[in-house]
Amino acid sequence: MSLIYFTGLAALAVAGFLLGRNRAAVANRTETFHSRPSYHGAYVVVSVLLPMLLVFAVGVPVAHHLVETQALTVFDPSVLDDELRRGAALRDIVAVATGRHTGDATPALVRAAETWSSLRAWTDNLILAGGGIVGLLGAAYGLRAISATFRARNRVERVVKVVLFGCASVAVLTTVGIVFSVLLETVHFFQKVSPLDFLFGLEWSPQTAIRADQVGSSGAFGIAPLVVGTLLITTIAMLVAGPIGLFAAIYLAEYASPRVRAVAKPLLEILAGIPTVVLGFFAALSLAPWLRELGQSLGLNVASESALAAGLVMGMMIIPFVSSLSDDVINAVPQSLRDGSYGMGATKSETIKRVVLPAAFSGIVSAMMLAISRAVGETMIVVMAAGLAANLSFNPLDAVTTFTVQIKTILVGDQEFDSAKTLSAFALGFVLFFFTLTLNVIAMQIVKRYREQYD
Amino acid sequence: MNSMVQVDSASAIAAAAAVAGNPVKIVAQGVNVYYGEKHALRDVDLDIQERAVTALIGPSGCGKSTFLRCLNRMNDTIVGCRVTGKITMDDQDIYDPQLDVVQLRARVGMVFQKPNPFPKSIFENVAYGPRIHGLARNKAELEEIVVTSLKRAGLYEEVKDRLGDSGTSLSGGQQQRLCIARAIAVSPEVILMDEPCSALDPIATAKIEELMDELRENYTIVIVTHSMQQAARVSQRTAFFHLGVLVEVGVTGEIFTTPRDRRTQDYITGRFG
Ligand SMILES: Nc1ncnc2c1ncn2[C@@H]1O[C@H](COP(=O)(O)OP(=O)(O)OP(=O)(O)O)[C@@H](O)[C@H]1O
Ligand SMILES: [Mg+2]
Repeated sequence: MSLIYFTGLAALAVAGFLLGRNRAAVANRTETFHSRPSYHGAYVVVSVLLPMLLVFAVGVPVAHHLVETQALTVFDPSVLDDELRRGAALRDIVAVATGRHTGDATPALVRAAETWSSLRAWTDNLILAGGGIVGLLGAAYGLRAISATFRARNRVERVVKVVLFGCASVAVLTTVGIVFSVLLETVHFFQKVSPLDFLFGLEWSPQTAIRADQVGSSGAFGIAPLVVGTLLITTIAMLVAGPIGLFAAIYLAEYASPRVRAVAKPLLEILAGIPTVVLGFFAALSLAPWLRELGQSLGLNVASESALAAGLVMGMMIIPFVSSLSDDVINAVPQSLRDGSYGMGATKSETIKRVVLPAAFSGIVSAMMLAISRAVGETMIVVMAAGLAANLSFNPLDAVTTFTVQIKTILVGDQEFDSAKTLSAFALGFVLFFFTLTLNVIAMQIVKRYREQYD
Repeated sequence: MNSMVQVDSASAIAAAAAVAGNPVKIVAQGVNVYYGEKHALRDVDLDIQERAVTALIGPSGCGKSTFLRCLNRMNDTIVGCRVTGKITMDDQDIYDPQLDVVQLRARVGMVFQKPNPFPKSIFENVAYGPRIHGLARNKAELEEIVVTSLKRAGLYEEVKDRLGDSGTSLSGGQQQRLCIARAIAVSPEVILMDEPCSALDPIATAKIEELMDELRENYTIVIVTHSMQQAARVSQRTAFFHLGVLVEVGVTGEIFTTPRDRRTQDYITGRFG
């Protein structure tokens, strides 16, 4: 049905466009038209599409609902009020109607299936016919509108604007929706656990009650260990990725010959394409044991899963972010500034240090912020390399855990939806979101303050 | 002779006479420049007099900027650019591998066509050169250098209350004078200017021309310009380039009134270019 409908729609639209354009083009020879012929064609297309899409978008759900209700009434009116049974009955009816039912069907089921089939065929035809009629009417309307003074171009531009606005709104609304639902669950969570305990508690163990009679007491929900763990790993990662990424970018942008650059830049970007799981098991299976041995030979006690291992590998992961973005902003510094500096007798490194980097400062900061957001949001590497133990420790050699890891741990496996444990994942998510949002706002402020206007 | 350029002959000849005895600062002999395959300058021989203004004129693309950039080796920064021939400054070969370009560029300053102040404060813009060359021993000396340079560039009065503002916040003409101040802050011996007034209004242009006239007392100046009036006003010697060849060089007044070469005459009377 949909296939036929949209084929017809496309055919009508194309025909409408050609007709409209043609008619306008012919009339254009004798009169001066406001809009060019193809705009008149486009206007016809719009006047075909809009009503037809509307008929489909409204007609199909309404028709389906009516048909289903009718079929279920024939089958057994009592199921209509029961969500679960309604769904099950409907699946059976459709299965019988489309011949996919296995086993015997009760007479009631067969009757319901027949009702379903015949009604469905009827509504389908109705929608097809209705769509066809409004489509033709639309085309006629569009074609009739063609005249010298008709401002088809302006109308079409307006439709384009509305469509683009619609797409932008989808993105914004999705974000708002997600934030809102997370917020809602977070509020839910705070009804069970006090926000003060959550934000300032020093112990994190959502692993619920130890004894069954400990009603309502389901572990400790202090996020301090997670905050510390996240900051620790992110700091280590940035200590690795910040300097290395920036220096790599400087090398690529200022020193590398075009040939080296052509090879090195894509290679660096491949590093960004390595799945984080792979980096994660590299960290867990190769780097962590090695660090442990190294630590032992130095007389240090390194946990087999450590913040250091996770941080180092995460640092490697985000090097390409820092370097690629910084490389772009360094390249965007106008050559005239470099020439000015060389013309003063500055060396290359003086020029970079005193002119290029300050000029690229704001862009570099935003590259770093983006990298931090990435690091904070990264889960896989930490799960594998830093462990799950919620230790409140600033020692990079200890096992620690982060927000994302805890969210993942909480939501994996069986759980009751309404427990404090499950809901805490939303609260963690919300804090995480708030944190990255703050980072972005700070970054934007810095960028705004230090941005240089070049023309 | 229907020259379109009015040369105030009395003053021009006086100025030319005043510098006529000056020694030669830079000697270019058989200079060829290639950009990859393109042969941009052919066998240029040109002497540049000390403490005088030499103007390079010629139609677009004839190699004026290219020649100018040879004089402080800014061509080194262009990938694929090759320079042959000999250029000496004070009898020292500036393309000698032993010579340090950093020192050369400290002696030969440059002002670009488009003002290019650094995105730093006005003060820091001018202090840039003295800082990298270690010309000031302390803050007071540095301030002294900055203030004198700004004064000499005729900008001080306009910016003295806001030396901390960004150099990019100035107007185009002020930016160009800032760039001149920046260039003279390291006390170069030679200042190269590539169309320094092309982005400026007549008033800012007049200020900069006045400035060049003053700077000529202490510096050797080479200026590229598309305005023959400007060349006539500020320079004592003029060199005419055409299609990568140095066609004619001589005292400015003579070039504009009695050119020897047909091409020069066509150019200054506006028949091409
Ligand atoms: N970086 C470069 N790479 C390749 N060719 C160049 C480069 N710079 C200049 N050229 C070529 O060298 C020739 C001389 O250029 P140059 O910039 O010296 O001209 P110009 O006399 O300064 O012109 P204008 O008055 O337009 O500034 C031109 O033909 C130009 O195409
Ligand atoms: Mg030029």
